[in-house]
Amino acid sequence: MTERKNSFDLVKFLTKYAMVIALVVVFVLFAVLTKGMLVQPQNMSNLLLQQGYVLVLACGMLLCILTGGNIDLSVGSVICLVGGIAAVMVTNMHMPAIPVILLCLVIGLMVGLWQGYWIGYVRIPPFITTLGGMFIFRGLGRMVLDSKTVAIQDPTFLNIFTAYIKIPGLDDGKIKLSPIIVGVVVAAWVLLSTAKSRRDRAKKGYRQNSALADFTKSGIIAALILWYCWMLSQYRGISVMLLWVVAICLIYNFITAKTAFGRYFYAVGGNEKATKLSGINTDKIYFLAYANMGLLAGLCGLLVTARLGSVDGNAGTSYEMDAIGSCFIGGASAYGGSGTVGGVVIGALLLGVINMGMSIMGLPDAWKYVIKGGVLLIAVIFDVVTSRKSGSK
Amino acid sequence: MADVILEMKSITKEFPGVKALDNVNLRVEAGEIHALIGENGAGKSTLMNVLSGTYPAGSYTGDIYYEGKLCQFKTQKDSEALGIVIIHQELALIPLLSIGENMFLGNEIKNSMGYIDWDRTYSESERHMRQVGLNESAQTLVKDIGTGKQQLVEIAKAFSKKVKLLILDEPTSSLNDEDAKMLLDLLIEFKKEGLTSIIITHKLNEIIYCADKATIIRDGSTIETLVKGVDEFSEDRIIKGMVGRSMEDRYPVREHNVQPEVNLEVKNWTVHHPLYPERVVDDNISFHIRKGEVVGFSGLQGAGRTELAMSIFGRSYGAGITGELYIGGQKVDLRSPQEAIRRGLAYVTEDRKTNGLILGESIRFNTTLARLDKVCRGGVIDVDQEIGVAEQMTKDMGTKTPTIEQRVGNLSGGNQQKALLGKWMFTEPDILIMDEPTRGIDVGAKYEIYCLINQMVAQGKSVMMISSELPELLGMCDRIYVMNEGRLLAELDTKDATQETIMGYIIRDTNKA
Repeated sequence: MTERKNSFDLVKFLTKYAMVIALVVVFVLFAVLTKGMLVQPQNMSNLLLQQGYVLVLACGMLLCILTGGNIDLSVGSVICLVGGIAAVMVTNMHMPAIPVILLCLVIGLMVGLWQGYWIGYVRIPPFITTLGGMFIFRGLGRMVLDSKTVAIQDPTFLNIFTAYIKIPGLDDGKIKLSPIIVGVVVAAWVLLSTAKSRRDRAKKGYRQNSALADFTKSGIIAALILWYCWMLSQYRGISVMLLWVVAICLIYNFITAKTAFGRYFYAVGGNEKATKLSGINTDKIYFLAYANMGLLAGLCGLLVTARLGSVDGNAGTSYEMDAIGSCFIGGASAYGGSGTVGGVVIGALLLGVINMGMSIMGLPDAWKYVIKGGVLLIAVIFDVVTSRKSGSK
Repeated sequence: MADVILEMKSITKEFPGVKALDNVNLRVEAGEIHALIGENGAGKSTLMNVLSGTYPAGSYTGDIYYEGKLCQFKTQKDSEALGIVIIHQELALIPLLSIGENMFLGNEIKNSMGYIDWDRTYSESERHMRQVGLNESAQTLVKDIGTGKQQLVEIAKAFSKKVKLLILDEPTSSLNDEDAKMLLDLLIEFKKEGLTSIIITHKLNEIIYCADKATIIRDGSTIETLVKGVDEFSEDRIIKGMVGRSMEDRYPVREHNVQPEVNLEVKNWTVHHPLYPERVVDDNISFHIRKGEVVGFSGLQGAGRTELAMSIFGRSYGAGITGELYIGGQKVDLRSPQEAIRRGLAYVTEDRKTNGLILGESIRFNTTLARLDKVCRGGVIDVDQEIGVAEQMTKDMGTKTPTIEQRVGNLSGGNQQKALLGKWMFTEPDILIMDEPTRGIDVGAKYEIYCLINQMVAQGKSVMMISSELPELLGMCDRIYVMNEGRLLAELDTKDATQETIMGYIIRDTNKA
């Protein structure tokens, strides 16, 4: 059973990559509808930055959802609270940026510890705990802001989160060179690591996919990276925020896919009783899921504040829903126990492309809500129906 | 010859990739108790789902004749309208509703205004409950009555649907011997009143006790139908039909080489109920298990055996636990399952589906879960090593599966049990607590599990075996402890014990109370 036959199962392929295909279709559709405006370098660069907050939140939300379809409703309010504290301290109180950033991350974590304690150790239902948090932290945020809009212009603060990287000599011209260099290096690494892992597996005699499938997949990924970096180089280069977002996604992908810690989230969501009897402290897993969510919400508050340049009492409203939506569109199970960071990224990008495409076309905001909701529903219906057909209950 | 009430002809049902039923024929005469027997996965439940309309007409081929008429059921409602009622293995009762509400769920009795007529609902319910000998108020919540009585509620519910053909899927699998016998007697009673029943069960002694005929299904095909009084109707004969070979010994022979060292010792162990702290679940229990010894725990449901095991296993059950625990002569205090596992204890849980395995995940995932650190470096899972150990465990346990990436939910009961055993063997335990290790699995798989147990004790491990099947305890154990209502009644050497002596202890103790 070392080399499986290359019989190509179209239905299986379509089901497995349904959301990727949907993303491609929606992308092409909007590219055509906007007469190519969508694929202009500026829009492509902004796509990831605009969806950055969703991606960061969704990584944390995925861990909560994995434990059993539990969600955190408070993240939007935490963004308001943390962003408000940062803006007030830096702008009104003239405090240095770096200690404020660290303090804000600690505040985010403390919010998470607070909610995680009630959810994990006292077993208050997450929905209720975080609904309470949603009101409490929104109110505290408005108190901090004194119901005003506070701008933030401190250069250190902005440089840490939103500036574009400028390496003298490389990024001075119209075409920025640093994205191209990064793109080539990363693309080459993707291809080489595929080759390496295939060689390792062959050496140990493990079963693996056909060479064609493996290299097509990593070839497409490498090509996409190159293309995206080319887009970035034609605009303003690599944004620091992009690095933050990519780093968070990679870290959480690693945690969920490769570590024992990450696997426990799947185990708890799959069967909590069995997990507990396997000697795993399930209370702690719930606690950590929400503690982590608080930390990421805090980070996200800083990113959003820096990107928008100001905070008001409505900052972050309904961001939790975007994060939750991305997780479910990306294939996370509403009952917990399954879902990947890769899927969540696809889900967030799908929402982002729809948002951006509709903005370019000048459609009213009301439509965005209708379409977002429709996409979420269709994605989950598709997931449920196909998994039922394939015989897995 | 009596009338044929049901005839299923050449039923064939395919699932993607599997032929679950292949040309199955079943003939049931009115007023008989007809047993349907076969190993797990043989197709018994599938056949009954075809009959009840759970798999609608058109999704299978073949004909069903009921009371002489060709039937094509689209839903379960269609078959119930004609008096065919199926009671599934997992009871379909809603715990927080009353018995009466449960009985008329889906066919509520309504008054002329279209509201539910509660007075009639409850009086009708109680009338049917009396029929099955259930003396409870119809307003009692289902969660407040025991499993045995819940089973009776299901049957009363069937009567409320004017049942003519009652199908019971493993009705006694969660009952103790006494409740099980009561249920079977009830069926024999109803037979006299003309009720036809089909009973699916793994417990062959029950078939001998109550059935008139037994149809044996193997690998999706009917093998034969044995008739009581005409054919040889014995356990050995039925087993021969089920497995296609005669099985002289149902329990593998083992050299009894119990070593003198005591591996696990429990002294004055008392456990209270976690929700009602004044209730004592296990009362002052002391026992010990030596190296290389299999020690059985016998008792009825509610004897406190599972609770005893779980409270020992890192206090995963109970409150106000007092007593002393020694492992290898050393006094230990195990506060969590994690500590218990570190000290070499493993608890192979009673209910593999809800307490043992993560059904949606692969064999590989499940195998390493309890000791994931063994395949980790710095918290990162070494997948290659994990694949290696999972494959080794699968081989050692003899789990039948295409790959270790198979979801355990898709395995048959016996193979799930082996996967569960593999998971716990991976923790390298010295002491295994096995709670109903062969419940709901077929004869062949049982034998393989017994062999695995023998291998373990041959390596000097100790096994605490909790089982409700007395022959199994007598066949496998060196010593047997008898429990009843939270108390330890007796310690018997298996050489001196019989089913009668063990039951005698329990019955005498129950009568005393």
